[in-house]
Amino acid sequence: MNTSPRVAINGSPTVLVHAKGLRKEYGSGEGLVRALDTVDLDVNRGEAVAVMGPSGCGKSTLLHLIGGLDRPSAGQLSVAGQRVDQLSERALAHLRRDEIGFVFQAFHLMDELTAQENVELPALLAGCTPSEARARATALLEEVDLADRSRHLPSMLSGGQRQCVAIARALANDPEIVLADEPTGNLDSASAFDVLRLLEALHAKGLTLVIVTHDERIATTADRLISMRDGAFVDETWLTGGSRGRLDTFADWERLT
Amino acid sequence: MQQEVVLAMLAKEPSHGYELRARLGRALGPVAEGISEGQMYVTLTRLEKGGYVARVDAPAERSDRKVYCLTPAGQERVTEWMSDVTWPRPDLTEFHMKLIAAAQSALADPVSIIDAQRRDLLRRLREIGRAVMEEQKDSDAALLLEGIVLRLQADLRWLQACEMAWTKRRTQQ
Repeated sequence: MNTSPRVAINGSPTVLVHAKGLRKEYGSGEGLVRALDTVDLDVNRGEAVAVMGPSGCGKSTLLHLIGGLDRPSAGQLSVAGQRVDQLSERALAHLRRDEIGFVFQAFHLMDELTAQENVELPALLAGCTPSEARARATALLEEVDLADRSRHLPSMLSGGQRQCVAIARALANDPEIVLADEPTGNLDSASAFDVLRLLEALHAKGLTLVIVTHDERIATTADRLISMRDGAFVDETWLTGGSRGRLDTFADWERLT
Repeated sequence: MQQEVVLAMLAKEPSHGYELRARLGRALGPVAEGISEGQMYVTLTRLEKGGYVARVDAPAERSDRKVYCLTPAGQERVTEWMSDVTWPRPDLTEFHMKLIAAAQSALADPVSIIDAQRRDLLRRLREIGRAVMEEQKDSDAALLLEGIVLRLQADLRWLQACEMAWTKRRTQQ
């Protein structure tokens, strides 16, 4: 796996993602589109950050840059101690494989592989022995409460179960961070709830998460919520620490009537 | 405490304040926080004075607890309440006017007001979301909390529309 030395970013080992003046443009001249316009972002180890905004606001672009699926046009970007904006393709591929877990709206499981095989795959690609990969996948499927579905093909699973398998797969190489792009976007509310519970449990165990969503309910499970518009951050809300949200009690509820 | 709620709970069977409070707790979950048994007795006393409930002779061994039942007048009031279609209206007018007055008087920035309001609603949504997670999936309280969540989400969506409109107005000036 990754053997390059971990460098503390900005002298702080707690910062897992550090972006400064991050920009992404598509096209050129008249057709230039600035998908991400000079964004600064720090994500601490163990933090869960939600990014919200209307479609086309640049939230998925941001996620793709952090995940090394796309390259920034300008600015600095460090993930897990490595300068993503300066890495070679090969080094970037290793970073993606070893340190980053992806969860997509459409699950992206391999249809012809069982749940177990889907979860084993990233570990095998990272050079684990088949028995190591198997042990790891078994443990992860247990963690997402799908041990009894390990031999099922994705087509035999419900949407919520498929996404839970995809989350187990994202964890296969014990990544530093999991990036989720609309993880509940394709799910009914009951399945979305199961996925939400799972992400919460993983976060409670210390997993660092960046979730792009347009569902406020998902977003408010994070520690911090960033609102984006036209490629820029327009608001940041800290949901933990500081003042706690007040739960309307019966007395308040009655006042509304 | 809303008298009709207490009356409606008595419709099932004669009961005492302690039992009514416990049943309210099961129905409302965390939303019932802050309602004491004492308040329940205050409401029951008022209802008794109004002739809507009456005291039942308690079994000798439980003479320390006052057991109440519905009177015919109470029964009638519950029936009326059940068929009433009054619906709680969230008052959006006040917030809407706040934004307009802020802009016209230049006393405050409407977009900052919207941002502050959104943060507050988001924190509330977080609290309720957590409360939902702690509830049993199909409990009465979970269904109530679901309604509060959906309502907050609707408010947040309206705030988003407000923010877009007021941001646009600001840049047009």
